[in-house]
Formats: sequence, structure tokens, C-alpha cells
Amino acid sequence: MRKMKYIEERFFRVLMFLSTCLIVLVLFLIVFSVLYKGLPALSWEMISQVPKGGFYFGKEGGILNAIVGSLYLSVGATFLAFVIGLPVALFMNVYLVKHKKLLNTIRFFLDLLWGVPSIVYGAFGFAIMLFFGLRTSLLAGIITVSLFIIPIIIRGMDEVFKSVPRGLLESSLSLGSTRSETSYRVFFKQGIAGVITALLLSFGRAIGDAASILFTTGFTDHMPSGLSQPVATLPLSIFFQLSSPIPEVQDRAYASAAVLVFIVLIISLLSRMFSNVYHKNKIQF
Amino acid sequence: MKQILKVRQLGLDRYLKAKLHAGWMMACLVLVMLLPFILGVGLLLKSEMLIRDHSLLDLIFSKEWKPLSGEFGFYPFIVSSLWVTAAALLIAGPVCLLTAIHLTQYAKKYVLRIMHPVIDILAGIPSVIYGVWGILVIVPWISNYLGPFFGKTTSGYTILAGAIVLAIMIIPFILNILIEIFRNVPDELSEASLALGATRWQTIKFVLLKKSTPGIISTFGLGISRAFGETIAVLMVVGNVAIVPDGLFQPGYPLPALIANNYGEMLSIPSYDSALMFAALILFVVVIVFNLFARALIIRTDKHN
Repeated sequence: MRKMKYIEERFFRVLMFLSTCLIVLVLFLIVFSVLYKGLPALSWEMISQVPKGGFYFGKEGGILNAIVGSLYLSVGATFLAFVIGLPVALFMNVYLVKHKKLLNTIRFFLDLLWGVPSIVYGAFGFAIMLFFGLRTSLLAGIITVSLFIIPIIIRGMDEVFKSVPRGLLESSLSLGSTRSETSYRVFFKQGIAGVITALLLSFGRAIGDAASILFTTGFTDHMPSGLSQPVATLPLSIFFQLSSPIPEVQDRAYASAAVLVFIVLIISLLSRMFSNVYHKNKIQF
Repeated sequence: MKQILKVRQLGLDRYLKAKLHAGWMMACLVLVMLLPFILGVGLLLKSEMLIRDHSLLDLIFSKEWKPLSGEFGFYPFIVSSLWVTAAALLIAGPVCLLTAIHLTQYAKKYVLRIMHPVIDILAGIPSVIYGVWGILVIVPWISNYLGPFFGKTTSGYTILAGAIVLAIMIIPFILNILIEIFRNVPDELSEASLALGATRWQTIKFVLLKKSTPGIISTFGLGISRAFGETIAVLMVVGNVAIVPDGLFQPGYPLPALIANNYGEMLSIPSYDSALMFAALILFVVVIVFNLFARALIIRTDKHN
């Protein structure tokens, strides 16, 4: 009977160890299986050409349009979200820093928004699009995706500015600078590495999400030519072409998947780097 | 009077700049705060046509889905969503709990240093990639091994496939919060328990887990709301057949997949458009409710302590 508790502990320790291994294993399995299919399909022709003869039926051509389209869309959306998000994050931490209750409410709303599924943003974006008489286009996609990443970007920057020491705020104000000057010249400069991390993470979200752009960007065989034109993107290039019965078309989907995985891995690496820079240079009070 | 003083103090240029910046910041904040309401009201207005013509109970409990003749029963889709979400949580929940305990209580420092990037990358992988992986690995596995093992013949595109893929997608999300919760349990409590002669595992069972039960429940609540709205990955592996599923080896058709598959085609029929917006509204409401419930629980226990 006394032995039981040790056996139990043994048992659960093995189980815990296994489940930790399982998570690592699954990550490798995902990356491996996608690259295993994607790397053979990846060639210079694949990433330097647009699909020929229709993206669903044409056997020739590559995915350049989707790569460029995805970059345009994500850069545009991240920029728009940044323009709206940065002031909010600064406002919360420089102007409202004394109002704890209000701050908690704001953070609660942001977390709520963060939890809303991207398909809901997609449907909503589509409704807005119809309301303003827009067609499926790069612009509609940028607006929808930026709505979707605004809470992520704000919460990311909020965490950064929250960790800027209070003393810095007080000394800046006591030296006679206005709150807006303190925001941009002290807080923003202090947290720049952290802000870049937040930007990268939202960029990663933006480039990978398919549900929010399914109805808003459309899809095309051509290179993106303007804000009001439909645009091809990597996630949708995977989603649409994978269901094709033609192996050459499926290869384009696998190649897109490999490119997307590379982009996500690079973003993860970069954001880790910037986050380390931020923590190293943080002022301690 | 006060303004004039300020202008004198700062100079007109700086004063205006400060005012301008503050105004812009305030405007952005108000815009973002209004966003959830705009979302809710927008979806409600768009689905108003459907709600006006049909009773709410009818919509939710009717099994007939014939958009062309104006019959919209969401029951199969809601049940599919529930199946997939529940199964995903049943898989992800124990794995996350065990891993979180291992990482916070037993593991050496370097294991955590390895696990952090692993969790981050898992969280960052786009859902469409999970979908590709599901089609490449999970679906054939179910169809060739797991199905026959249980004596079922399936194509592999089943509720179970959706649940497995979904479970892996929500693992990083749940795991991150759980680790945070276990870290916040004061060390003194565990030390007291250990000092009284309890083993490490008994301490975990009776002190750590007991202390963080509300946190764990609310984390699972957040996990459910995350899983409920996940679209592309599930859509790619779940089969998309509009029947009421009665087992894990059946194909299903969750709500997000319904929206994603039919948008674009529905524009010709106005009530169809409205029905899909209603599906989005259901998702929105469910997610908000689960979020509210989870946060309320956290806030209540915080006050209690």
C-alpha cells in the first residue's frame, strides 16, 4: 500500500515525459511532412513564374503571384494595423496609466476581439465590402486582415510598453515634455525592439490566415496590379490547388506550403532575436 | 484660460502637436473599443432577415438544410461543431496538463529552453498548413489503420481527423496559459506540503492542481472558444457532409466550414446570404460567451485570494 504512491508518481512521470515528447514530435512531423512534399516541387521555375492556363487546370507555371500577393497583403495589413494600434498602445500606457479599472476593461475587450474567429472577420469584411460597393480586391483584403490583427498587435505592444519603467515616464514629464512627446520619443524608442517583435508576430498571423481573406481578396492568375484588383495569396493558393485532381497543380499547392512554412520559421526566428535584443537593452530601475 | 497658459508654456507648435496626437490616439482607441459592437450589430443586421422569417428554435433544432427552398436547419452543423470541439479538447486537455506539469515541476531548465521555441512555432504555423498535414498524415492514417482497427471503413475524412488536427492547433494556446498559471502558484504552498512529508506527486495533486482548478477550467473554456471558430484546417479534413454525425468515424460539417464553403455562391439567394451571416453570428456569440465565462471565473478567483 505504501508503495502505491511511488508507483503512481512513476506512472505519471512517464506519461508526462511522453506527452512532452509527443508535442515536439508532432512539430517535427508537421514541418517534415510538408517539406517532404513541398521541397521536391520547389524549383526556380516554381517561384519565378505565374500559373499558366488557369491556376486550377494549367500544368505549367509557378506561384510567384501568390508569394508577391501575400507579401503585399500582409505588409499592407500590418502597416494599417500598426498605424491604428501604436497610438492605442501608447495611449493606454502613457495617458491612462493611472486608471487601472479602465485599462483592465480595455485589455478585456482586446482579448475578446483576439478570440473572435477569423472566419467571422471574413464574413464581416465581406459585408462591409458589399456595403461600400467594393469588389473582391487587395484593398478589401487588407482592411479585413488588419481588423483581425489589430487586437494582436495592440496587445503585443501593450505588453512591451507596460514593462517600460514608471520612473522613465515621470522623469520625462517632469522635464517638461508633453505626454505625446513622451509617448513617441521615450516609450516608442525604449520599446522599439519589442514593437518590432509584435509587428513580426502580427505579420506572421496576417500571412498565414486563409479564412478572413477567402471572400475578400478573390484569387487570380496574374501578378497583383493595384489596390482595387483581386490578388492571389499563399494560403488560398494551397487551399484551392490542393483539391485539384491534377498532380502538377497539387505540386503548386505543396510548393506554396513549403514557402509558407519557411516564411513562418524565419519570422519566428527573427521575432525571437528582437525579443532577446529588447530584454537585453531594457532599462532597469 | 488654462489653454492659453498651456500655449504660452509650450509654444503654439508643440501645443497643437500634443493636442493632435492625443486626439488621434483617442480616436483610435474609441474605434477599437467599438469594434466588437460593430461586429455584433453588423452580423445581427445581416442575419435579421432570416430571424424574422424563422423562429430561433426552428433554426437551431431543424435538421433540414435546403437553401434553395428556403429551409435552414443548423442542427447538423451545430452538432458537428460540438463533436469536433469536444473531441479536440479531450485530446488536447490531458496532453497540455501533463506537459505543463512536467515543464513547470520536473523538467530541467534546458528542456524549457527547447520547448519555448517549439510552442511558439506550433502557435505560429498557419492553419492551412495544419490542414495540409492533416490530409497528408492524419486522414490516411485513420483510413488505413485506425478505422480498420475499430472495424470501420472510412475515407479518413472524419470528425476524428478534424478533432486531431484541431487538438494540435490549440495545444500551444492552452499550454502557454497553463504554464503561466502553474508558475503563479506560490512556492510556499508546495514547500509546506513537501515539508509535511508529501511526495512531489502528492503535492502536485493536492496543492498545485487544487489551487489552480479555476484557472485550468477557464483555460479550457478559452481553448473551446478558440477551437469552435477554427475554419480552414478543420474544413480540409472533416469531410463536409451535412448530416447529423453520431460517431467519431463519421464525416461532419462544422459551422465555420459551412460559411467558408458556401460564401460566394449564396449571393443569388438573399435568405441564403442571411443564413450564413447567422452562422457567423452563432460563432461570434458562442466565442464571446465562453470568453466572458472564462474571464469572469478568473476575476472571481483573483478576488477570492
